[in-house]
Amino acid sequence: MMNTFQQIQEALQYAFIQRAIIAGCFMALGCSFLGVFLVLRRFSLIGDGLAHVSFATVAIALLFHAQPMVVSIPLVALASLVILELNEKARVYGDAAIGLVSSFGIALGVIIASTAGGFNVDLFSYLFGNILSVSGFEVWMTAVISVVVVLVTALFYHDLFAITFDEDYAKVSGIKVKAVNRILILLTSLIVVLGIKIVGTMLVSSLIILPAISALQIVRSFKATIALAGVFAVFSVVIGIFASYVLNYPSGATIVMVNFFLFVGSFLFGRLKG
Amino acid sequence: MSVKVIEAKDVSVQYQGVEALSRISFDIESGDYIGIVGPNGSGKTTLVKALLGLVSFDGTIRFLGKSLSDFTSTKHIGYLPQKMSFLDQRFPATAKEIVVSGVYCCKRFPKRLSQGDYKAAEEAMEILGIINLKNRPIGRLSGGQQQRILLARALVHHPQLLILDEPTVALDPQSRESFYATVKKLNKENGVTVLLVSHDVGSVGQYASKLLYLDREIIFYGTFVEFCKSPKMSDYFGSGQHLICHRH
Repeated sequence: MMNTFQQIQEALQYAFIQRAIIAGCFMALGCSFLGVFLVLRRFSLIGDGLAHVSFATVAIALLFHAQPMVVSIPLVALASLVILELNEKARVYGDAAIGLVSSFGIALGVIIASTAGGFNVDLFSYLFGNILSVSGFEVWMTAVISVVVVLVTALFYHDLFAITFDEDYAKVSGIKVKAVNRILILLTSLIVVLGIKIVGTMLVSSLIILPAISALQIVRSFKATIALAGVFAVFSVVIGIFASYVLNYPSGATIVMVNFFLFVGSFLFGRLKG
Repeated sequence: MSVKVIEAKDVSVQYQGVEALSRISFDIESGDYIGIVGPNGSGKTTLVKALLGLVSFDGTIRFLGKSLSDFTSTKHIGYLPQKMSFLDQRFPATAKEIVVSGVYCCKRFPKRLSQGDYKAAEEAMEILGIINLKNRPIGRLSGGQQQRILLARALVHHPQLLILDEPTVALDPQSRESFYATVKKLNKENGVTVLLVSHDVGSVGQYASKLLYLDREIIFYGTFVEFCKSPKMSDYFGSGQHLICHRH
């Protein structure tokens, strides 16, 4: 009987595991970097919300025999801007704005699927990606998008920090708050749409929220929070994939569980540290 | 020679059809220390927000001779917002990270910070006696310490005009007096023009060179001594004027 180390060595021989680890780590970095800003600005559930919107956009694409990604990316981006407008102009709280748009998305998707019929299986295969079935092209796509997210976050770091801490002061400082907010939300919609197809809804949403809130339990500086969230996210993906292989558990759910235990550990450590 | 820092003419602000400010006109010269006072809901914060371009208004506001809409450089203004109701006690930032963010107004994209910026942040904290807090998380500080951190943020880029909106609301009387004295020192020794919003006429009156009493419109604009002698304010306050003027 093989020990755990041998099993991990064996897992690393498989190309699908290698692709899952590479794509997962890139996705983890992109989601966790954005996650710190989204969590602090009460937009944590945007991953779930935009996933529901994707349900409608994929249904529309299948109805018109179009490529789902081509339809989803602009429509989900539009939905994310609507969430922001509702928050800024209609004074709807961020979480309520997400709830409103995602309810509309899921209802529209259900209506289209039920009236058109015949493509439910396709619809669900687009919405519930599996990290172990990532193709080589998808690894590249994930890498490019995540590098773009990390670079843009780094370029706008000071603007994002100022807006997250105190939006009015950021405006007084001459920061183009509206434009920066739109950049943040569009990057989020991009990574969510790709992430849903590649690694699945549950994993994208958890990689946005959990590493950020775990890091917030421990560190007290902003840069350290972003760095630690990135470390937690990558660690959870790597350990989660190996654990799922060794224990024969579903990989996405195992990664989420690793993230959850990291949060519990961080919470206890934060309490002990005082 | 005094320079007009702010010239406000017929400034009116409406919120959903309700007039929050009505035809406000006043000038502020460099080196002035103006106390904007008035009861709750009198439009003090609205006036500050109009001066900072945070709310739309009718009328004209000129800043250093330029129309507010043309004035793109905010590096001359330091702003301390109303008591930090927005401050999330769990926000992950050290005091120094907050203070140095005050230099963002003077930076072009992508706002790279230099060693000099961090040094300036430490100097501002030194002046306000809070250098020992530089590595402490902002959420773990007392209300008074947080206020000083935000004052340091407002000062770090050496502004010509300092706008303070109800800066002492969360402070105990001792911290309040100390805060007012610090601001007075900045005004006297560094020549910073100060515009301080408060509902505490008596306290601000002791430090400000002029009081602007607001109740949706300007009720009074002059020195504290003139305020105390003003028959108009006597009519407005009744016996309350005596209490305000002779409390100190």
